[in-house]
Amino acid sequence: MLQDILVTGLVNSGVYALLAIGFSLIFGVARIVNIAHTAFYMLAAYCFYALLTKTGLGFALSGVIAVAAVTALSVVCYRLVIEPVREHESAVLIATIALALIFQELMLYSFGGNYLGIPSTLEGVVRVLGVSIPYQRLLILVVAAVMLAATWFFLYRTRLGLAIRATANDLEVANLMGMNVHRVAMASVAASVALAAVAGVVVAPVFVVDPFMWLAPLVTMLAIVVLGGLGSLKGSLIGALIIGYVEAITVFALPGGAYLKGAVALGIMVAVLLVRPEGLFGVAFEEER
Amino acid sequence: MLRILATLGALALASGVQAQTIKIAILGPMAFVQGENHWAGAEMARDEINKAGGVHVGGRRLQIELIRADTNESNSVPDATNAIERVITRDKADFLVGGFRSEAVLAMQEIAMDYKKLFLGAGAAHSKLGLNVEQNYERYKYWFRIAPTKDVDLVRTLFAVLGSIGQQIRTDLKTDTPKVAILAEKAIWTEALVAAVQKNLPAMKMEVVGTWQPSAKATDVTAELSAIERSGAHIVFTILSDVVGITVGRQMGERRMKAVAWGINVEGQKEEFWQATAGKAQYVSTLDTFAEVEMTPQTVAFVRAFKARYGKAPTYNAATYDAIMILKKAIEQAGTTEADKLIPVIEKMEYVGAAGTDTWDKRHDLVWAVGKTAGIAVQWQDGKKVPFWPPSVKGMQPFKMPHSN
Repeated sequence: MLQDILVTGLVNSGVYALLAIGFSLIFGVARIVNIAHTAFYMLAAYCFYALLTKTGLGFALSGVIAVAAVTALSVVCYRLVIEPVREHESAVLIATIALALIFQELMLYSFGGNYLGIPSTLEGVVRVLGVSIPYQRLLILVVAAVMLAATWFFLYRTRLGLAIRATANDLEVANLMGMNVHRVAMASVAASVALAAVAGVVVAPVFVVDPFMWLAPLVTMLAIVVLGGLGSLKGSLIGALIIGYVEAITVFALPGGAYLKGAVALGIMVAVLLVRPEGLFGVAFEEER
Repeated sequence: MLRILATLGALALASGVQAQTIKIAILGPMAFVQGENHWAGAEMARDEINKAGGVHVGGRRLQIELIRADTNESNSVPDATNAIERVITRDKADFLVGGFRSEAVLAMQEIAMDYKKLFLGAGAAHSKLGLNVEQNYERYKYWFRIAPTKDVDLVRTLFAVLGSIGQQIRTDLKTDTPKVAILAEKAIWTEALVAAVQKNLPAMKMEVVGTWQPSAKATDVTAELSAIERSGAHIVFTILSDVVGITVGRQMGERRMKAVAWGINVEGQKEEFWQATAGKAQYVSTLDTFAEVEMTPQTVAFVRAFKARYGKAPTYNAATYDAIMILKKAIEQAGTTEADKLIPVIEKMEYVGAAGTDTWDKRHDLVWAVGKTAGIAVQWQDGKKVPFWPPSVKGMQPFKMPHSN
């Protein structure tokens, strides 16, 4: 059973890590409460599905167009919906919830409520320690690792990354230092949505595409980012591993309670936060001291 | 005086026009396949009846008028109760047909009974719906179950098919005791089924290796399937009605599991299932209702007409067709649309429909019988839903095992 838990937990964690990176960037680092984040993930999955099945474009081209289109849409949404209320966190929260619901209803109207399946980019299965792993899952692990490294590089080795961190740390000081805080926030949204769109393209083939697919990941992502600690990419990765492994252990230890795996994972999150309110690797921000 | 006469004439005409139709509300989640099938089956019945002149009631011919009521019950029980309240009070529906999710149908049943409206269910399986009739006949007598059979009768069908699959495994794999993993979504309608399966499989000389209960909305069952593979199960006994059915079908195929999936997989009954699983659901099998097999003399004709009109095969929710035909027969026999007078007529009726041959017990549940109301079993083979049980029905094809390929 141990090898099953080890392998299954890692596979689960790869999916969560890929989904969590973008959310960690926007919510954890840039501190923009974009609830529509996973709705963009849903839009990318639909866009990828439509391009792949309706136009006959290949996986690569469909994926690139889907990511580009959804990222461009996020910039428009930022200018129209988030920027005007950027100063008020609760208004951003409500506005992005509304945005997510609009996307959901638009997809429901356009594609109906039927569940859609996207073919795997990579077919086949490999056995590791006697456990079957589809190649698509391995692809997710690789893409998650690449995206994590790329995001770290972007944040800590580029001027824009520095600006995002500085703006998140202290908006007013960043503004006084001559940074265009609106443009920095827009870049944060675009970068995080691009990551969500990549997740949509790579992860959707192992899941099912439907208008409500953004809801469950939202809660899990929130849990992972808070558990790992706001502002810490490393924390998000560890958070994803914890949630993935806790879910696997729950299913193996308590088969009849498999439906509880999400609740158990969230319970662990609450327990950790009781001991360390800033999360495992939380970065203390000025306003929280 | 002329004005008064004209007004009276107009009123008489208006009341005459109103009486020309029988309003039937079709209740279902219309943005989803279940609701689509509710509506499609009802449309076919309406068009067939109206084209033939309508329903004969006391020398008059009344046309069927359908009211489309989106219950959104897959997502919200309050939406469903609002919808049924609306069709009764605002749209003045005479009869209610449909429903899908047991939790929602139980709530809708209460409202229908409050208004003493005949409610013919075409989707929910929970026993409580019929138990209510037995325990409080005067209040709940307006409820009749058209499809599917109640949950415990679904188990009887499942066991009958499981017995034949188990026998095939004994022969193919030379094992006396096939291993069965139960994979049931956590929901009210699965409780009785899971208990029955756990209790009865040992008597069928089958070993239950475990029971896994993911969420009905689970989009990942990697851990569950890993555990099932490790248990060495030959059969994955599925009791699934929601998106988790697609997840299981797809991920079993991706993992190329040697175990065969048999049971209830409502998503697997849909024509869209193969696409939704990206073509990975090879050998997934499920209980079903409609196929081009001679369950009754009407079945093949209905399924072909449905396919010709909607471009896909009907699911069990399209039994709204039978429900409306049953109403027509009862109304014509009783000579009235009054619910209280139709109830004894339906109670005594034997109706040969498209889905099967229906009779009802004291709970207004369908009387279970193989070849009549027990339904059929189908298996996905190379993108097609292949019917394989009951073998006595003409048109059945062989069941295939993953381990033999």
